[in-house]
Amino acid sequence: MVKQSQIKAWLYLLPAILFLGAFMIYPLFDVFVYSFEEGYNFASQSYFGTGSYNYAYVLRDPYFIAALKNTFIIVIITVPLSTIIALLISLGLSSIKPLKDLFQTVYFLPYVTNTLAVGLVFMILFKKTAYSDGLVNMFINFFGGQSVDFITGPYWAKMFVMCFYTIWVVLPFKILILTSALASVPKVYYSAAEVDGTSSVDMFFKITLPMISPMVFYLVITGFIGAFKAYSDEVALFGTDLNSAGMNTIVGYIYDMLYGNSGGYPSYASAAAIILFAIVLTITVINLMVSRKTSIR
Amino acid sequence: MKIVLKNLTKKFPNRNKKQGGDVIAVNNFDFEIPDGKLVGLLGPSGCGKSTTLNLISGLEKPTEGQIFFGEDDVTSLPAQNRGVGLVFQSYALYPHLTVFKNIRFPLENLKGENKLTKEEMEKRVKEAASLVQIDELLDRKPSELSGGQQQRVAIARALVKSPRVLLLDEPLSNLDARLRLQTREEIRRIQRKTSITTIFVTHDQDEAMSICDLIVVMKAGEMMQMGKPQEVYDDPVNLFVARFLGTPPINVFEGSIKDGGLYIGEDRVLEIKTDDNKSGDVYVAVRPEGFILDPDGPLKCELGRLEVMGRDVSIVSKHGSLISESGTIRSIVNADNNVDLGLSHVSFSLKPHKVYAFDKETEERIRFESNNG
Ligand SMILES: Nc1ncnc2c1ncn2[C@@H]1O[C@H](COP(=O)(O)OP(=O)(O)OP(=O)(O)O)[C@@H](O)[C@H]1O
Ligand SMILES: [Mg+2]
Repeated sequence: MVKQSQIKAWLYLLPAILFLGAFMIYPLFDVFVYSFEEGYNFASQSYFGTGSYNYAYVLRDPYFIAALKNTFIIVIITVPLSTIIALLISLGLSSIKPLKDLFQTVYFLPYVTNTLAVGLVFMILFKKTAYSDGLVNMFINFFGGQSVDFITGPYWAKMFVMCFYTIWVVLPFKILILTSALASVPKVYYSAAEVDGTSSVDMFFKITLPMISPMVFYLVITGFIGAFKAYSDEVALFGTDLNSAGMNTIVGYIYDMLYGNSGGYPSYASAAAIILFAIVLTITVINLMVSRKTSIR
Repeated sequence: MKIVLKNLTKKFPNRNKKQGGDVIAVNNFDFEIPDGKLVGLLGPSGCGKSTTLNLISGLEKPTEGQIFFGEDDVTSLPAQNRGVGLVFQSYALYPHLTVFKNIRFPLENLKGENKLTKEEMEKRVKEAASLVQIDELLDRKPSELSGGQQQRVAIARALVKSPRVLLLDEPLSNLDARLRLQTREEIRRIQRKTSITTIFVTHDQDEAMSICDLIVVMKAGEMMQMGKPQEVYDDPVNLFVARFLGTPPINVFEGSIKDGGLYIGEDRVLEIKTDDNKSGDVYVAVRPEGFILDPDGPLKCELGRLEVMGRDVSIVSKHGSLISESGTIRSIVNADNNVDLGLSHVSFSLKPHKVYAFDKETEERIRFESNNG
């Protein structure tokens, strides 16, 4: 017999379940199905056959390979780097007393600033125009270097700007989380460690880091997921034709397959989406396993 | 290692600028703690006990004054070089480390010639653990321990580096009554065994009286009195100390000294002689055990009720001049005494050495000799 309270609980959950089912679970399932249907056509709702052909195609498509490579580079560079930089800044913030609030606000500003405004700042920093080569190039010139075209120039320059931008955008949130995590470590642990002659480096690695590790893991996991889904930042910097700029990402590839110049290939898009899903799931599971292992309680 | 405090003062700047002035947490401390003794630092909440301990440990820098360990002036020595073991009120065990690693923590920081090998560390940890009898708990995390066990781990961690001085900040305040009794004996045992000079902070006078060699009574940053527990109890220098020590608490009355007699209200309770033939209004304080049932006794009280406590009987009564907060006099007499509850009044005579007089203004003790025997 089902208890009445259980029926009630399900009843309360019903709107959410219906909503999630219709808009999240069903489409996910649908994408999975599409990815095995060759040449699915939205208009005629028809397809040629079923099989793993879509996956084979996508995995051999040079654009997809390029997108995969870009995405991985962005993930591998920006996630650790932004977390470490955020940690350093948070440590600095929590050890200063005067003007602390001011600095905290300054570091948080990009978070509440419109992406377009941030993009504008990057234009000023990096973009070559008829009038100037951008602020960064002015610096490089000042020190006797050659101007670099960061937006339409060599691949490494574009990737540098891309990573710089991504880190810049995700920093404020990480700093916010980490400063509050640092503030929540009870002071008495530091007093105890001080009496026992612990160096400040040891204090960080033996006390601070383990104590804030749940928050660090949270940031790393969400950071991975966010970076794997990177797309809009690339568009903001390099325009919509990411394939020709060589800066496409997996999500960009999926979008292109659906709506872009090469659009109209929902089957390929679905296969790529499922591949992305598998990658993110794997990384997240690994992350969770590592964080379980090192968890403090 | 004896500890000497010389004119030790600690002021904190007042947060509230409008009030101005500093908070004086420790005011001009001047005393010596002899080597190998267990000393209880005793006083009401906020009187500066923790601050004193932090000054001795080096976690706080004094505003004025000096601290000596033995002959060494350690005033400007950083905490880690003082060789103190500190047990915090909240224990401060690292939650992410096992008991074993918690206790080993201080040893990992030793440098230079003091550096230990892994085996030596393990040996020292095991010794400390068996001293406080937690050998079986070494693999657990602090969250898997009871309060009393956590407290022992904290003591083991403080002892493992063989400190010159052991400081305990209200280590028993998180424990239930029964465990408190047990653990305080434990602390006494460990202190005896290691004979490390130990300072033990508490606001529970029972605790301090029962295990300490010496107690220091503090009030609002000032040291009131220092001495053996029994001496301080028997010979308080002022009303605060008299009131602070003893359960049930001392009974305080409005009284006076005139014509060579000590009065409680209108009752002339003792024949006394003071140094300079003082007279005038005073506070008279009588320990609960200072009452003798005596039908002809000078102190006449309104009888309330009896509480039999086995060997003793506690008589609860009233007197017009009583100013204790409880509103009733508690007197403890031998259970052999028969008290007739039918009577409305009960009379006592007083044991002179259990009766103290204090100045009305300064609340300082007024010493007298009694002629009552
Ligand atoms: N960091 C600080 N800044 C300002 N004032 C402080 C600081 N630390 C302590 N005080 C003040 O100093 C006084 C003594 O504090 P302390 O912590 O030594 O009291 P305590 O005797 O240990 O009390 P408790 O029994 O409640 O632990 C208190 O009035 C407290 O408000
Ligand atoms: Mg305290």
